[in-house]
Amino acid sequence: MIVSFIVNGEGVTARVTTPVSLLDVLRDQLELPGSKSACEQGECGSCSVLLDGALVCACLVMAVDAEGSTVRTVEGIASEGTLHPVQVAMHEAGAVQCGFCTPGIVVAAADLFDRDPTPTTDQIKEAVAGNICRCTGYGAIVRALESVAGERR
Amino acid sequence: MDTQYPKTIDEAVSALSDGATPLAGGTDLMVEVNFGHRRPDHVVALRRVDELAEWDGSTIGAGVTWRRIELEGPKALAEAARTVGSPQIRNAGTIGGNVATASPAGDGLPFLAAVDASIEVRSATGSRSIQWDEFFLGVKKTALEADELVTGVDLPEDLPERQAFGKVGVRNAMVIATVCCVVTRELDGLTRVALGSVAPTPMRARQSEEMISAVARPSESDLAEFARLVAAEVSPITDHRSTAEYRRHAAGVLARRLLGRCLR
Ligand SMILES: Cc1cc2nc3c(=O)[nH]c(=O)nc-3n(C[C@H](O)[C@H](O)[C@H](O)COP(=O)(O)OP(=O)(O)OC[C@H]3O[C@@H](n4cnc5c(N)ncnc54)[C@H](O)[C@@H]3O)c2cc1C
Ligand code: FES
Ligand code: FES
Repeated sequence: MIVSFIVNGEGVTARVTTPVSLLDVLRDQLELPGSKSACEQGECGSCSVLLDGALVCACLVMAVDAEGSTVRTVEGIASEGTLHPVQVAMHEAGAVQCGFCTPGIVVAAADLFDRDPTPTTDQIKEAVAGNICRCTGYGAIVRALESVAGERR
Repeated sequence: MDTQYPKTIDEAVSALSDGATPLAGGTDLMVEVNFGHRRPDHVVALRRVDELAEWDGSTIGAGVTWRRIELEGPKALAEAARTVGSPQIRNAGTIGGNVATASPAGDGLPFLAAVDASIEVRSATGSRSIQWDEFFLGVKKTALEADELVTGVDLPEDLPERQAFGKVGVRNAMVIATVCCVVTRELDGLTRVALGSVAPTPMRARQSEEMISAVARPSESDLAEFARLVAAEVSPITDHRSTAEYRRHAAGVLARRLLGRCLR
């Protein structure tokens, strides 16, 4: 069947014949490989996207369920060539090592700051609790996000 | 592959009578699909059924997400919701999916057992309300027929003011319970103790309830006896998450701690 939805502001269609995930469709059919595929069981958050405004794991969204929905991926976080403040802060704080977790963290953090421009450190930690990073030990990530909150206070 | 996108419960149950698999948040179903354990070729996507997301007083619609329960639920259920998975999982996962999956570790289930909730189900031919202990039949086994949809969970109108949920796991975030527990206590002492992950289904520790309900102001030794009774009543197994012995011990410690919170 054909599934139609909006990704990062553009209408797209995908052909799906099996219960594949939205993640597979984004990466394999729509040329959006920013969302990473690692665990495929909702544990790591590297596939985080916004589905109708809600932060979810794209690996757990059945592609057919995206029909008629609005999806925002990490490719849609920067606007018109300007990085999102979260991306700038992550870069400056050295919060990226291998980078595999980074897209998911950027999407989760952008979602947090959309809902609350000045989160506390605990709120920051909770917001990225579903995103596993095997490299940084999280310190630099949390510091980066604290700096975004600090600038907005 | 065939997918239905019903907008009403009536449309959803008619798709079920054609053999479709219900899909809510997908946080249980898609894990099984991704691992090749299930491959539904006819799916009824429930996300667009507004009726299922209704929360009408004491009836919580099956499509209500953990995120919403975390913010709006009765105290111990909200506490349970806060421990489900991660923000991503709570935004997608629903109470109806938790109930239909019927995992022994389902964090929403001890609350339903503690307050004697009923599960509301509907098929194309009618609806019924099933008391929790007749709904959960075994590990991932329920009284739900293939053509039946869980429409919601029905809680009593008056819930005990003192209620607490707790969970023991290997870490604080993103963890499936080694043991989870709800304790409620009324002003007259009536106490309920429900546990998850220590039996094939959520269970009540009825002897422990009886013992502690009769004590108006439990002493340290009453509390110790209560913990011992809870540990004796559960019937856990050893699996990849923990040992039966540890679960038994943790069940007693956790129930005692939660009772302490209710007594404060
Ligand atoms: C990373 C991760 C962490 C998790 N952590 C926890 C946790 O801490 N605690 C916990 O309890 N659970 C946890 N879960 C499990 C899961 O998130 C919950 O059980 C959730 O409530 C399932 O709801 P859902 O809407 O996603 O269900 P789905 O996956 O959409 O459906 C689950 C099952 O129920 C059926 N179903 C769904 N809705 C209905 C309905 N209305 N009527 C009839 N059948 C229906 C489906 O066909 C399927 O078989 C976790 C899952 C993941 C992936
Ligand atoms: S790939 Fe989706 S959470 Fe890991
Ligand atoms: S930077 Fe390597 S996993 Fe996070």
